[in-house]
Amino acid sequence: MAIPQAPVTVIRPSRGWSAINFRDLWNHRELLYFLIWSDLKLRYKQTSLGAVWAVLQPFLTMIVYSIFLGRLARVPSDGIAYPVFVYTALVPWTFFSNALTTSSLSLIRHERVITKIYFPRLIIPISAIAAGLVDFGIAFVLLVGIVLFYGIVPTTAVVLLPLFMLLAAVTALAVSLWLSALNVQYRDVRYTVPFLTQVWMFMTPIIYPSSLVPERWHVLYGLNPMAGVVEGFRWSLLGQDNPSFSILLVSTAMTLLILIGGLYYFRRMEQTFADVV
Amino acid sequence: MTVPAIQATNLGKRYRIGAAQRSHHLREVLADAMKRPFQRKTEDIDNDETTLWALRDCSFEMAEGEVVGFVGRNGAGKSTLLKILARVTEPTEGEAIVRGRVGSLLEVGAGFHNDLTGRENVMLNGAILGMRSSEIRRKFDEIVAFAEVERFIDTPVKHYSSGMYMRLAFAVSAHMDPEILLIDEALAVGDAAFQAKCVAKMSDVARSGRTVAFVTHNMSSVRSLCNRVIWLNSGRIAAIGDPDEVVASYLQTSYTTWREQRWEDRDEAPGNDEVRIHAARIRPAGGTPDDRISISTPLEIEVEYWNLEDEAPLGMSIQLINEHDVVVFDARPVLEREWQGRPFPAGLFRDVCYIPAGLLNDGRHRVEVTFHHYKTNVVYSHYELLIFDIEDDIDQRYEWWGRWQGAIRPSFPWRTELVMPDDESEYAAVVGATFHRTS
Repeated sequence: MAIPQAPVTVIRPSRGWSAINFRDLWNHRELLYFLIWSDLKLRYKQTSLGAVWAVLQPFLTMIVYSIFLGRLARVPSDGIAYPVFVYTALVPWTFFSNALTTSSLSLIRHERVITKIYFPRLIIPISAIAAGLVDFGIAFVLLVGIVLFYGIVPTTAVVLLPLFMLLAAVTALAVSLWLSALNVQYRDVRYTVPFLTQVWMFMTPIIYPSSLVPERWHVLYGLNPMAGVVEGFRWSLLGQDNPSFSILLVSTAMTLLILIGGLYYFRRMEQTFADVV
Repeated sequence: MTVPAIQATNLGKRYRIGAAQRSHHLREVLADAMKRPFQRKTEDIDNDETTLWALRDCSFEMAEGEVVGFVGRNGAGKSTLLKILARVTEPTEGEAIVRGRVGSLLEVGAGFHNDLTGRENVMLNGAILGMRSSEIRRKFDEIVAFAEVERFIDTPVKHYSSGMYMRLAFAVSAHMDPEILLIDEALAVGDAAFQAKCVAKMSDVARSGRTVAFVTHNMSSVRSLCNRVIWLNSGRIAAIGDPDEVVASYLQTSYTTWREQRWEDRDEAPGNDEVRIHAARIRPAGGTPDDRISISTPLEIEVEYWNLEDEAPLGMSIQLINEHDVVVFDARPVLEREWQGRPFPAGLFRDVCYIPAGLLNDGRHRVEVTFHHYKTNVVYSHYELLIFDIEDDIDQRYEWWGRWQGAIRPSFPWRTELVMPDDESEYAAVVGATFHRTS
């Protein structure tokens, strides 16, 4: 008697590039859902303000930057009111930097499960990013409010906004794949993440406009994928008339490159997670 | 001919130990990279003394519906094999073809979150174990009833007693419904009553027609549940076959004596977050583990362990098991007055159990140790902690030179009298004489 439709699994050492098993990922979609759900639940259960933090973090940062950089230091903002200028960038940036912090620790946090039970390990960084998307969404609602409050009417470019949100999510995932897998092998990574995000922030046009960067450096500048994300957000939402297409293109290409490299590295390290964690 | 449910061919798993494994810090890796810029990571691994084959050349088949027991002492590769079949870790070489959904009862409570309620943990843990949410919902009541936590199901599990926690964790795992099940019997948890329930549940599962790979130290479970037994020794298959035969040869021949064991590194020592074993030894009273042990030698079993939880309600017991797999005794520190009823601070402890001479029978014996919390909850058991032979003592044999039966061989006070001799003249010679045969 054969088992009807029994899935056949071949267990063997994997070498080099092993394709991502999308069917396996799909079969575990409920686990992904439960991990996101418990992540959110735990996060909000342990804090008194709960989901308010999703808004407070970028909002308070926006106020501080507006006072010190916008008012006192008079940092240019391409003719847009500084608070809305900086908040537009802070929404995707806060999502990104939080994603790096949580996902770099995500595999370690699930150590007990990883060493005992099989499931596609990719689910762990994906769920960390996805849980952050909820905060991202909440902060975004406030962003729309602020944009309208300042009387800014988005141009038709606003239809591209979902694309840039996707780019933000994919960029966060791509970098997280590297950091989470690296942190299993080298525990130093978690200490470098705060420094990394700080430097990264200055390399991204958040508190200043990309127009401050000389045109001939834009290709190089765009190697930072978050530069493209922020640029895209400002362009599609605030109707900035001079988006730097070289930044957008280079950033998008860079994101894909990091993602593919990250998937490869993650898959390669995945084989040893249970032995090393 | 049917296709086997599991078909393993030359499975092998190599671990890096010691120095090779310590490349956890970027600084060392960078420094290494500077020193040897062109050396590849995978070179010369076979000749490296810092690697260990936990499993090697392991080939076997398991037919659908077959219950196969895996026996062997600690470190023989049983857990590694199960981990490979569960896909937790990858083999270094060889392959296994697995037909059917695999569930594993290797660990309970992995993925439990203290701040989530019992209900939420059941859902999450079920998903981690690969159950569909519809399946979990369908079995939810059954799981909760099995764990006996109905009243607290909406309470965060951090408020559970450790017994309730373990029961719920086990219940989720035990209600999976895969075609192939991997079971490690050592995870029977909780107090004695619940442990019995766990073992009964595992037996039920094993008898339900599923394909089961069963790791256990309990030879009577193996004999009663398994169709076939695979005996692993130092990572290799030593024998495959009929349970009675393989178990018998395993028990008779596999043990070499092991009178002392020591683990220097606390993080690597056997145990868990509550307690870890530092050392164990058996020796004649006042002697060393190398001295001769016979039935007339008073013995000391010494166990050193780290209690890792401060103010722990810790208790322990030492079990002695003979070569017929009979528990000779289960000793507890009932006469130890100083620590009785007191919480144990975190630290290294040493317990010594004194066994009088003239109690045990000769033959091979094994020492197990079990630690528990709150009088009933087992937190850690170590099987095969020590293995030693007790030699016979000719002086204690008197007139009998044959096989001496029994789990113990005590010397009881004894009295023999000649009540009425047949020969009157002989009676006069020995009148009043009695014989005392005590040691």
